[in-house]
Formats: sequence, structure tokens, C-alpha cells
Amino acid sequence: MRYESLLDAVGGTPLVGLPRLSPSPEVRLWAKLEDRNPTGSVKDRAAAYMVEAAEKDGLLHPGSVILEPTSGNTGISLALVARLRGYQLICVLPENTSAERRMLLEAYGASIVSSPAAGGSNEAVRVAKNLAAENPSWVMLYQYGNEANARAHYETTGPELLTDLPEITHFVAGLGTTGTLMGTGRFLSEHVPGVQIVAAEPRYGELVYGLRNLSEGFVPELYDESVLTSRFSVSSADALRRTRELLSDEGMFAGISSGCVLHAALGLAAKAQAAGQRADIAMIIADAGWKYLSTGAYAGTLAEAEARLEGQLWA
Amino acid sequence: MAIEVRIPTILRSYTGGQKSVEGSGATLEELFADLDGRYEGLRERLIDDSGVRRFVNVYLNDEDVRFLGGLSTSVRDGDTVTVLPAVAGGAR
Repeated sequence: MRYESLLDAVGGTPLVGLPRLSPSPEVRLWAKLEDRNPTGSVKDRAAAYMVEAAEKDGLLHPGSVILEPTSGNTGISLALVARLRGYQLICVLPENTSAERRMLLEAYGASIVSSPAAGGSNEAVRVAKNLAAENPSWVMLYQYGNEANARAHYETTGPELLTDLPEITHFVAGLGTTGTLMGTGRFLSEHVPGVQIVAAEPRYGELVYGLRNLSEGFVPELYDESVLTSRFSVSSADALRRTRELLSDEGMFAGISSGCVLHAALGLAAKAQAAGQRADIAMIIADAGWKYLSTGAYAGTLAEAEARLEGQLWA
Repeated sequence: MAIEVRIPTILRSYTGGQKSVEGSGATLEELFADLDGRYEGLRERLIDDSGVRRFVNVYLNDEDVRFLGGLSTSVRDGDTVTVLPAVAGGAR
């Protein structure tokens, strides 16, 4: 396969069966390997689309500053695009994210503004919005509300899945900005009658949920509940356990959000099997495990790993 | 009959600091009414006229109840209901 430059190599990722984790030949799990993107995550799709949309709208010029609240993958993806297209990038990052993320961002030439650990990404969004208001020439692409994020998946991820797995019955992905589920979900629902669009949402330790007033919560602007069929909350214990199973049973070294997604997918598989129905369940492997090694997720006992993850944003 | 209801930090002032309480009822609506009897004011933080409040998420055995039956969702002995605030989530 040949591409003119790295940004042309976004998307077109492999769909790989999981024969050992699948319950039976009639109920099959499939993993879409989004770590096979230029910076190693699914976010490369959204970043490329958001920047291209901003350029088309005349918001970006050589040397423009892009600002984004991001605790990792989106920042890394944007850092690549910014580097190659001649923009500067400032990321607002919660303190309690893994060291590899910060190191990667800085290696790509991005600047980092830290937001307090307590309140997690909510706080990063708030800090970024304030910075954007104070610096009107900066461009905040705002992944949580940017339609180009969801559109990237509607135009690329969805069609790829349909081509590779026309018999798809379920699509499962992590729920964060909701872009992947909204875009892919809308596309698949338009083309596959009865397809289930299922969200796997990480459930963190208490520090992340904090003490903020319930009326100051956050729901991404992209989120349209009607696109989903169901939504599962997955504990870090379950996500960790499944991430390790993915590695030990299928040889797949995935990030912890993938364990979260696998947990939901296995639940769907069990339901289908119990009902005597066939199923082809496609799940998104958002990234590989490299950035999570320092969290201790892959070493020691599960209990030790779970304790280490407490208070961290692992997905 | 016992249904475990996990309470987020922000609402533990209503439950005397307890992170988990027990309740009973055939539906979520009944369960919350039951809890409100012992932990006054809790229900109002969770529910408004249109159902579960916008920035509150309620899960029945880890599944978001907005995709089950909302407040009419049936609950039974041994179920776990988890209440969490809506947050921006993790590392994007």
C-alpha cells in the first residue's frame, strides 16, 4: 500500500477476528485496529477532519495557534497535523494522565497547559474555554462539539466497517466525545436494518467525578442519545481484566479503553448466544497499550493494577 | 427485598456519608421514592419533571436506564443501581 505522505495514511484500518474470545462460530467478535493510524489512535481521523474543516472555513493560516482540551490521543493526533500543516498547538491536559502522553505531545512540539486532576476532563474543557475567550485569535477546534469529528466516522469508519463486515449486527465503541459512536452509528443505522449501536463508557474512581454541583455536569454537544441502542458503564476492574484477556487470549496489546469495549461486547455476545441468535459484533480498538505501560496495568496482579489505576484517567 | 444503590460523593450528604444504601421497589420510580423516605431530598437531586436529571446518569446493573425504561424500568432483588454525575470522561 502506498501513500504520498503520512496524513494520507489515516484510516483504512484492519478488521481482525477474535476466534478465541468469540463464544461460537455463530457469535463472533471483530476488532477494528485503530492503533494502525499514523499516531496510533482512532483520533487521527477526527483530527484530520477537524483541521481540514477549519482550513476550508478560513479559520487557520500559516502559524495559527490551535488550542484544545485533550488528555491525550486527540492532542497527539492534532500535534501531527499541526506539525505537518504549519500550525502551533496548545493542549490543556489534566495533571493525572500518563507520562507517555505528555512526553509524546512535547516530542511533537506541542505546548501543554495543565488543569487540576480533580474533575478530570470537565476541568480541562473549562480551562480551555476560558483561554479561548482570552485569546480570540486562537482556534479551539473543540472535539466535544465539532461536527467534523462525528463526520470523520460517518465518512470513513462506518463505510470501512460495512465493506469488511456487511453481516454486522452490533457496533461497540468507547464513549468519550461521542464522535465515533455518533458518526459510525448514524452511518451503520442507515445501511444495516436492526444494527445495535452500543456505547461502552469508562467508570472512573471518585476523584474524577469530584464534588462539583450536579447541575454543572457535562454532556458533549455532539451527543445524540437517539443514535445509541444502549450504553454500558464499565468499571476499571472489568476494563483491566478484559484488556489482559485480549493480550493473553488473542495476542492483542490494546489500551485500556479497548478492555472497556470488550467487556460490553462480551456481554452482548452472551445475550445473543443465550437467545440462540447469530451475531457479528465489531468493536473499536482505539489505541494500543504503549501509553498505558507506566500505569502498571499490564504487570502484577489485577488487584495491584486496579489499585494503581485509582484516580487516573485510563481511557 | 434489597436493591443496592451506589451514591456518588456529591450526594452522600443525604445518606449520612454512606456510599451505598439499600432500597426496595418494583420500578426505579418506586425505588427512589422509597429512598427519599429515609434520605429526604435525595430524590429531587436525581429526578425532575422530565425524568432523570440531565447531568445525572443512572445505571441498572451497569446499563444506562435511559435505554431501558427510564424511571419505569423494572428492578428486582439483587440488582445494583449506580448513580453517577455526567462528566467529560477521560483521555481524549
